[in-house]
Amino acid sequence: MVLLTRKAEFSSAHYYWNDSWSPQENQRIFGKCANRNGHGHNYTLEVTVAGEVDPVSGFVVDLKQLKDILEREVVSVYDHRHLNLEVPEFATRIPTTENIAISIWKRLDGKIPNAKLHRVRVYEMPDLFADYYGEP
Amino acid sequence: MSGPGEPRHPTPAAAPRAHLSRRYRLSAAHRLHSDAFTADRNRAVYGKCNNPHGHGHNYIVEVTFSGPVDPETGMVCNLGDLDAFAQTHLLDRFDATNLNTLEVFRDLVPTTENLTIEIYRIFAAFPGASLARVSIQETSNNSFAYLGPIDSQKG
Repeated sequence: MVLLTRKAEFSSAHYYWNDSWSPQENQRIFGKCANRNGHGHNYTLEVTVAGEVDPVSGFVVDLKQLKDILEREVVSVYDHRHLNLEVPEFATRIPTTENIAISIWKRLDGKIPNAKLHRVRVYEMPDLFADYYGEP
Repeated sequence: MSGPGEPRHPTPAAAPRAHLSRRYRLSAAHRLHSDAFTADRNRAVYGKCNNPHGHGHNYIVEVTFSGPVDPETGMVCNLGDLDAFAQTHLLDRFDATNLNTLEVFRDLVPTTENLTIEIYRIFAAFPGASLARVSIQETSNNSFAYLGPIDSQKG
């Protein structure tokens, strides 16, 4: 088995807010991330898939095909959007880096031919990232 | 764009487990030298890292925590709390220091292996989440990782 990783980038706005808390509690827990006007990041997505090397093509997956899947399932939905306001899964879930990684896993799981999703890593910035391995 | 049959406001299921990693940067001097070795042996083992007046690095410390994503916050651990903890217990303690002068390295060579294990011990005490891994990049060409356990002989 070989692991293969493809990167993609998207730039999005978000804020952190839990409707069931008071504004003061949101400020206390989320700090400046709770500013309701939102702020943004250049996110880097790394998707790692696991599979066997095809003896004819020498590929685990066709990278162009994987790039197109990432574009269709994730980048076209997230890029240059406000995650809280425009991406359906974040209407009810706070778009933290952890939740973005989980949501991207759900978007990609089962959609990559001949390979198994192994890890979704989302960098919010170079010094902060979340990994999701599909653990329930 | 929700899938068919997917409720608009689903009740949070059992929280999935994720990993959160954060990097901190610190600059410090060190010299690799063991009192157990002769001068010649120190030079043979540590090479230029044994030069008497020390040298320094911009270390990049990466800490990884794992745990269920809290359905109320969407987080494995609160980043503000983690940054405050790192400021007090990592950066205030190690940044812009000479590692050889610190108590923890009084009888321990401040290799990056030993620094990694010490920093693992420090972050294992962070109350907000479960520590999975500490890695330190000493230069762009070398890095070290420790996944535990905590050395029971120390600390």
